[in-house]
Amino acid sequence: MESMGLLRQDLVVRDLEASSDQGAIEKLAMFLHEKGIVKESYINAIMEREKVFSTGLPTGSIGVAIPHTDVEHVNEAAVAIGILKEPVPFTVMASEDDKVDVKVMFMLAVKEPHAQIELLQTLMGVLSDPELLNTISEAASNREVYDAITSVL
Amino acid sequence: MKKILVACGTGICTSTMAAKKLETQLDSRGLKGQFSISQCRVSELEFKANDFDVIICTSNASGSFDTPIIQGLAYLTGVNMAKTTDQVVEKLGL
Repeated sequence: MESMGLLRQDLVVRDLEASSDQGAIEKLAMFLHEKGIVKESYINAIMEREKVFSTGLPTGSIGVAIPHTDVEHVNEAAVAIGILKEPVPFTVMASEDDKVDVKVMFMLAVKEPHAQIELLQTLMGVLSDPELLNTISEAASNREVYDAITSVL
Repeated sequence: MKKILVACGTGICTSTMAAKKLETQLDSRGLKGQFSISQCRVSELEFKANDFDVIICTSNASGSFDTPIIQGLAYLTGVNMAKTTDQVVEKLGL
């Protein structure tokens, strides 16, 4: 539980409604700003960065995206989880124009990446666990999302 | 000592994730001590690429250099990871 300090129940947003990747990122970034986790500049920075360095990831089950941006826009390290009501297409990371329908976004507010290697590794564990991703995408409460992730640590 | 360069958009986030996983994979194949891993931004590849034996990218890479590039998404999702590691080992000649 202690190692999950960056993952907070109150940073899970379910039934997120958006019609595009940019819309989805904007909503979750604004939410992080309202929570004081990131600076206002984070919102624009993360949207612009997605256009240049897309973050969609086809996993073994549902599509996932891990939008993030430079550390100077971040006040406090955290991860927000956005579960989309209906999946929206994101461009696949490192591809020219391949698309993946994304159901779950893990939005990273990274401050000192090397100090947060534990968190990044936890996230990788989640990304490579198809069953866990399904559980997260269908969770009926924030608690359920949090418990599902902490149960595999 | 073979030199591996892992690159992503900012040189700190997905490249850190991929580098850690790649290291574990290579170690588990008994290659510990035979390689080193560095990280950079994809925008720096043009200046750095030629000093390395292979480049692993989690973002689009461009620029003119001869070092082979392997796409590193497998190290983030676990999908096709063994196959990607086969390619890395082959390019390194280990």
